[in-house]
Amino acid sequence: MSTAPADSTVRPPAADPTPIVALSGLSIAYRQGGQLVPAVEDVDLAVAPGETVAVVGESGSGKTTTASAILGLLPAGGVVTAGHIEIAGTDVTAAPERVLRALRGTVVGLVPQDPMVGLNPTMRLGTQVAEAVRRRGVDRRRAPAEALEALERAGVDQPVMRARQYPHELSGGLRQRVLIAIAIAGRPRLLVADEPTSALDVTVQRRILDHLAGLVADSGTALLIITHDLGVAADRADRVVVMRRGRIVEQGAPAQILLRPREQYTRHLLEVAPALSHAGRVVPAHAEAPPAPEVLRLDAVGKDFRLPRGGAERVFRALDEISLSVRAGQTLGLVGESGSGKTTALRIAMGLEQPTRGRVLLDGTDITGAGWSTLRPLRRRFQLVHQNPYSSLDPRFTVAQSIAEPLVSYRVGDRASRAARVRELLDQVALPAAHAGRRPAELSGGQRQRVAIARALALSPELVFLDEPVSALDVSVQDQILSLLLRLQNELGVGYLFISHDLAVVAQLAHHVAVLRAGRIVESGPAAAVLSAPTREHTRELLGAVPGQRFAAELAAAATPGATPGAPRKEG
Amino acid sequence: MARYLAGRFAQALLVLWAAYTVVFVILHVLPSDPITLQLSAGGADISQLTPAALHDLKARYGLNDPVGVQYVHALWHALHGDFGMSLTQNVSVGSLIADKLPSTLELTAVSLPLMLVGGFGLAHLAVFVRWRPARTLLARLPAVGVSLPQFFVGLLLIQLFSFSLSWFPATGSSGWRSLVLPAVTMSLIGASMLAQLLTRSFDDTWREAYIVTAQAKGLSRGTVQRRHVLRNACLPALTLLGILLGYTVTNSVVVEAVFSRNGIGQLTQQAVLGQDVPVVQAIVLIAAAGFVLANLLVDLLYSLLDPRVAHAAGTG
Amino acid sequence: MPDNLVSADVAADPDLVLDVLAAPPAGAAPGRGAPASAAAVTTVTTPVAPASASTISGGGGPRRRLAAGTPLGRLVRRPGFVLAAVFVAFVIVSGLVPSLFTSYGPSATSPADKLRGPSTTHLFGTDELGRDLFSRVLHGSTLTIKATGGAVLIAIVAGLAIGVISGFCGGWVDGLLMRVVDVLLAIPILLMALTIVTALGFGLVPMAVAVATGIAPGFARTTRAEVLRVRSQAYVEAARTGGASWGRVLLRHVLPNSWGPVGVLAVLDFGTAVLLISSLSFLGFGTPPPAAEWGTLIAGGRNYLITSPWLALLPGLFVGLVVFSLNHVARSLEEVQR
Repeated sequence: MSTAPADSTVRPPAADPTPIVALSGLSIAYRQGGQLVPAVEDVDLAVAPGETVAVVGESGSGKTTTASAILGLLPAGGVVTAGHIEIAGTDVTAAPERVLRALRGTVVGLVPQDPMVGLNPTMRLGTQVAEAVRRRGVDRRRAPAEALEALERAGVDQPVMRARQYPHELSGGLRQRVLIAIAIAGRPRLLVADEPTSALDVTVQRRILDHLAGLVADSGTALLIITHDLGVAADRADRVVVMRRGRIVEQGAPAQILLRPREQYTRHLLEVAPALSHAGRVVPAHAEAPPAPEVLRLDAVGKDFRLPRGGAERVFRALDEISLSVRAGQTLGLVGESGSGKTTALRIAMGLEQPTRGRVLLDGTDITGAGWSTLRPLRRRFQLVHQNPYSSLDPRFTVAQSIAEPLVSYRVGDRASRAARVRELLDQVALPAAHAGRRPAELSGGQRQRVAIARALALSPELVFLDEPVSALDVSVQDQILSLLLRLQNELGVGYLFISHDLAVVAQLAHHVAVLRAGRIVESGPAAAVLSAPTREHTRELLGAVPGQRFAAELAAAATPGATPGAPRKEG
Repeated sequence: MARYLAGRFAQALLVLWAAYTVVFVILHVLPSDPITLQLSAGGADISQLTPAALHDLKARYGLNDPVGVQYVHALWHALHGDFGMSLTQNVSVGSLIADKLPSTLELTAVSLPLMLVGGFGLAHLAVFVRWRPARTLLARLPAVGVSLPQFFVGLLLIQLFSFSLSWFPATGSSGWRSLVLPAVTMSLIGASMLAQLLTRSFDDTWREAYIVTAQAKGLSRGTVQRRHVLRNACLPALTLLGILLGYTVTNSVVVEAVFSRNGIGQLTQQAVLGQDVPVVQAIVLIAAAGFVLANLLVDLLYSLLDPRVAHAAGTG
Repeated sequence: MPDNLVSADVAADPDLVLDVLAAPPAGAAPGRGAPASAAAVTTVTTPVAPASASTISGGGGPRRRLAAGTPLGRLVRRPGFVLAAVFVAFVIVSGLVPSLFTSYGPSATSPADKLRGPSTTHLFGTDELGRDLFSRVLHGSTLTIKATGGAVLIAIVAGLAIGVISGFCGGWVDGLLMRVVDVLLAIPILLMALTIVTALGFGLVPMAVAVATGIAPGFARTTRAEVLRVRSQAYVEAARTGGASWGRVLLRHVLPNSWGPVGVLAVLDFGTAVLLISSLSFLGFGTPPPAAEWGTLIAGGRNYLITSPWLALLPGLFVGLVVFSLNHVARSLEEVQR
């Protein structure tokens, strides 16, 4: 597969004696309620000129705080409590704002996290890039031309037109490229890229990371990538630094981290990362899909949205004649990038939206035009788990109230039997019974998603719709939830319609896979066939964009023969 | 864009008409008897009038017609700039208002810049002062400003600057010196509200992700504030500014009462005290027109300052 | 009074120590001195409130979190809030039972003592007929509280109804109701109130109705926005797909989750109503003499501004403090919810 963009030979340690950035024994804490809560502890890290270093960690690992400290842009309340930050040989730990400012943009540049909010909404893009150009001391009249050049180098098409546009007129991927243009416009010696692509689709992510890698290789700029994705880190970096709870756990060449991890935590990360755990490839968990009766069927369903007046086209075709079927006790994985129509398909299947064309059949009964009250008795049989566990639970409800709500709505049982059912469900989703009285604010993201799953299971449905149920969660939590879903399917025989943008995640659950693009089904069939031998270009592109494939061959060779891919792991 | 503006203008006229109607309904349909109310306000004692005289008097004011007819008449005349006769003073409402309006406009013209300077100045200081106690004090000051009743502020200023220091006259409407205290009083609430909103808006905008992008370019605090924060933070303040502008007439009621200035505000007070229905109706219409106009202006400014709105306006 | 409540934060904030130490002597007046001392303490300590506010809302270490966990716990730990709430409570109680705090009758004249300055016997001094001004202010509270309470009650009931119906039904019902609200909002509150006073005549009830009509549209707007916000939450959809009827969703999810900002606005509206009603009575549209609302007292005191400034300024300050306290309570509630 044509994946590894950076050359896979690890460069020798930099010959230059002065690294651009050197952190020694750095500790950072946040002031909270008169106390100092440590965020980063005793971190040693150096980036040599021209080197690409990746810092990997889950949320709360202190990786973003470290990046902010390098730029001297710690959020309010952040204090360096110990250690030193050296930039290009000078100690800037306690340097005044004036000194730090001189370094920003010209020595250290930043590619920020979320392209949707990283650009000033009321300023033309060209002006925003020119501001960075001017920092190099470029003349006011020359700045616009150099800004165009920076946009072009960042891979922005039609830079002249884009320079006159405002951020809201651009897609996320293009905005990220503009942010890269801003970062390179000052010709810095080090680029700090803070999760530069995690808000973007995988294929866009891959193109942007490729471009970034090319840029730094051409100009000899050093690159510090902050990421939650070990695959991205291993693919792109000369050196990988694994962080956890503010400390560096392990660092080394990517091959060493991936193939011979020394630390337990690194091994754990490798194990739970869907792509990395399967020798760097997307391997379906269910090698075959035994025949099973069909529960839900979407028959040539289409959906048009009317666009606001003024546009060239009056109608946006979100779905174009798609047909899907979900089988009892099995999982249909529906994969697509943003805007592919996968959420619309789910909402139509759920009866939350009406299709423009086609039929929705539940057990052979046409439920297409059914109103809420006619659908209500049927709803007991199919339930929904939302994408974001932070908004799908009423903050005022206790866990027990949330789980029991469908039972109350359908007047199932009395108070005592509902309480018993809640206890049973809590047990099924592996939450302690003591959590029944807690409120969502007291739970972690993974625990909330368990509650949401328990709620969906309360009425013992035949089918559960899963709308990106793990995309808001950390990798290790993600793995726990996926294992839980797998176990529940085995125990309860429930069918899933699983929606995701991530093929590697879908592979862990799906019996059948359908790949959606621009409202059409590009390819569908048994998971084993679609994922192992894709016939369509788009599927291949999606598979190829899954990060972590740089050492696929080595990983495959090193994989222990006994490990069965996709087997449910023990829940943590 | 032109279509958007035309649409907004038509909408503004519609609101104005509806506001006129609402006030008419309140003044003419509520349980109080408008006829006795207006006649007694006009200085006539109903019990002494013969039925015939009463009928004549009513006819003079067009009060014998059904309310619906009265409404159509009033609206038709109002559209032609004729608001009828005042019940308490024997002149037309139009000339009364034309007489008093300049004084109030003068007051507004002075207080408006004061309000803007005060509001923006205070908010800027609150962002830029680094010494924490001073910063806290500056951030809290507007909360005091919005809590103090206008008449109290006016009386306090009179007591301090007229009676104790003799810097400015306490009352009257002659000369620029007589404008100072009323204008300060009038601008205080607006300035405080503006400062409160802006301080918050500045704080929020400084927390936006694009500010980090700007700072990472190596721009100074001042440059970031000027080039990136100011425009974005002022957008919410624009809406408030529209409301404050529209409240000019309302504001002048209390201020002119405190400083005995002869303007629309005082006319309003007298009209309500004398239950002079035509005058009240006309003043509310003028106030609503001011409000609608100010908001129209704000919408225009908005579409100039925020490309996202201009975008939506262009397509919608 | 506030000592034990304040002490927890004293250690954390050195600025606070100075202010708290400075406060008690300044307002230390025995017995009937309560309002004066409350006033002094409020003015002195409130500027510090945001400092302690930010430290508390930040969460904090495990030990602090125990006490600061619940919203109520966090509120009680704010000295500014406690003082403001205590002052508001004092005004309400003294307005309902003025005789608790003053032994003078509101209209008991004493020509020998006319126009006396503030002293320990007459806290706010006496007026031109020798009546005790403090007693008159407290008795004025009774009238103002009645008018304010009535006005806000009407506004809340009407505003809530319109807002909930509009936000929940959507469609043309929403469109129609919101257009009406737009029109009402285009008439400035005070002018709307004046119009209604013109139509209904002077006095307590017309003022209350007038102010309520002025406040209700804004209240409806906010309620609608909140209802719409909650309605679009994923947990509402989850409840619907779980089979809950709209009625159940409204009662169990939408109303409980939208009352926060609505409640804050209601407290703010109390302040607005106090200001409006005192303005109306200052302009002479209130209850006829000898009964006097705060605004009437101030308007009366105005004639003696040169010789006896306290007659107008002390009641004015009192009104300002009431509004400031209400605003501060609302603001604290809002910050704690965030």
